Amino acid sequence: MVTEKNKHNEIVKAESKDLNFFYADGTQALKKINLPVYENKITALIGPSGCGKSTFLRSFNRMHDLYPGNKYEGEIILYPDNTNILDKKVDPIEVRMRISMVFQKPNPFPKSIFENVAYGLRVRGESNKRMLDDKVEDALKGASLWNEVKDRLHDLAFNLSGGQQQRLCIARALATEPEIMLFDEPTSALDPIATVNIEELMSELKKKLSILIVTHNMQQAARISDYTAYMYLGELVEHDDTNKIFTNPSKKETEDYITGKFG
Amino acid sequence: MSEPIISARLSKNFRRNIMERFIEFSLLCSAAFAVFITSAIVYVLVSEAIPFFQHVSIYEFLTDTVWTPNYSIKHYGILPLVSGTLTTTFIALIVAVPLGTITAIYLSEFATHKVRETIKPILELLVGVPTVVFGYFALMLVTPMLQKIYPDLTTFNMLGPGIVMGVMIVPYIASLAEDSMRAVPMAMREGAYAMGATRFQTSIRVITPAAISGIVAAYILAISRAVGETMIVAIAAGQQPNFTFNPVESAATITSYIVSVALGDLEHGGIGYQSIFAAGLTLLVMTLLLNILGHMTRKKFAERY
Repeated sequence: MVTEKNKHNEIVKAESKDLNFFYADGTQALKKINLPVYENKITALIGPSGCGKSTFLRSFNRMHDLYPGNKYEGEIILYPDNTNILDKKVDPIEVRMRISMVFQKPNPFPKSIFENVAYGLRVRGESNKRMLDDKVEDALKGASLWNEVKDRLHDLAFNLSGGQQQRLCIARALATEPEIMLFDEPTSALDPIATVNIEELMSELKKKLSILIVTHNMQQAARISDYTAYMYLGELVEHDDTNKIFTNPSKKETEDYITGKFG
Repeated sequence: MSEPIISARLSKNFRRNIMERFIEFSLLCSAAFAVFITSAIVYVLVSEAIPFFQHVSIYEFLTDTVWTPNYSIKHYGILPLVSGTLTTTFIALIVAVPLGTITAIYLSEFATHKVRETIKPILELLVGVPTVVFGYFALMLVTPMLQKIYPDLTTFNMLGPGIVMGVMIVPYIASLAEDSMRAVPMAMREGAYAMGATRFQTSIRVITPAAISGIVAAYILAISRAVGETMIVAIAAGQQPNFTFNPVESAATITSYIVSVALGDLEHGGIGYQSIFAAGLTLLVMTLLLNILGHMTRKKFAERY
């Protein structure tokens, strides 16, 4: 078993090494990104629109494979396997089984609340009713949604409010016990109260797994993350402790962005 | 109270308002035209069918199992024509629903852009084939082939034309169902893939349920198309009103009866002549019921995303 640790003695769960990414039209969206994701920590990606932070996030569960012509270069190593998950010989479905994702807009499936959460388990071949019931309950509790929906598990998921839908999507991603969860601006479509709920939830979730989150909201990054990476035009400008980034960044560009002089 | 002061620059523009009214009126006329034509058809059918029902009771029309309005011993039971229509339609659906749905899933979820852009136009070309060609195809090719498997099959039967009719409506189902599946937002697909679902799991468990209202609409259109289909059954099913649901027997459908009688030399106003309006009215009611059913199913299945 290979474990790498940083200066604070934290375990690296995954890390990108010289990651380049090209869209089908040839544009290079990521330029030599080297970034670790630590176990049981929240790493936030910030930067102006189009800087490549979502592209970077979506590389971690091979979402780009869904569109023909996209090309990765470099590596994303997942530990403890010590395997480059971008390798052609790696099955993207196996990667997605271990690295799940929550999207910007809540995207529940056109099914009941129960079936939404059970989906990932069913995809993995789980059909034992008791097992499904238990795991769905655990996941909904984990996403602090259980109390709100326990009496209407068989209602259509679309009947939930936006914030509840997003927590349902988190429960759905949680049900399969992923090792890393990717959040792509998970609160940008939500009101402030729902946002606080999700943020508290993420702080709770990191006890069990590692989180990588893209956010447009710098206060959010400052509030919830342990590490912050600032990206600009496809490059990683700076990556450090969140406290350091927001109080004493080493790069001028980072400071300009954080203080609102730019971006 | 004094008159409010309206400055000339803010008062109503007479010319513009007239123009707007005129456009609104022409749009209303175009919309009303379709409604008018439909009402006219219903009016003609009903008014010509009334004399028929003065002669034949509705009870006899709906319960008698023999349809011989143009023979010396006259019977006026619509059931043989309805059974012929329903049987051929059912056979067509058995062929078209699975084939059309699978094609739609393939085109929408599996095919590459290039493959889709090649297959779809070819498939839609099938819609352009005149139904009379399909009719001869059923009579000359499909029935002889079926006779090799099942030698007792008569030359005129419902199975051959039913199958061919199914092939004919595959493109309707495939094209419409594919449109509604492709309209499912990409976010839904990404959500499923992000859970570790395969392409097949995504298309069957997420995309199909999400697009179900469009898919059901495609089925309903296909049923209406099959119920109303005339030439294929007129040519290959035998035009023998026969109260049976057995696909290997010959039969007549409502439409094939209408076309055979309408092409013959019947005296205007005679009972045989009137019978085609009664048959036409039955067809209209059937289609209407199907459409209402389709509307209700669609509402029941309607998924928002």
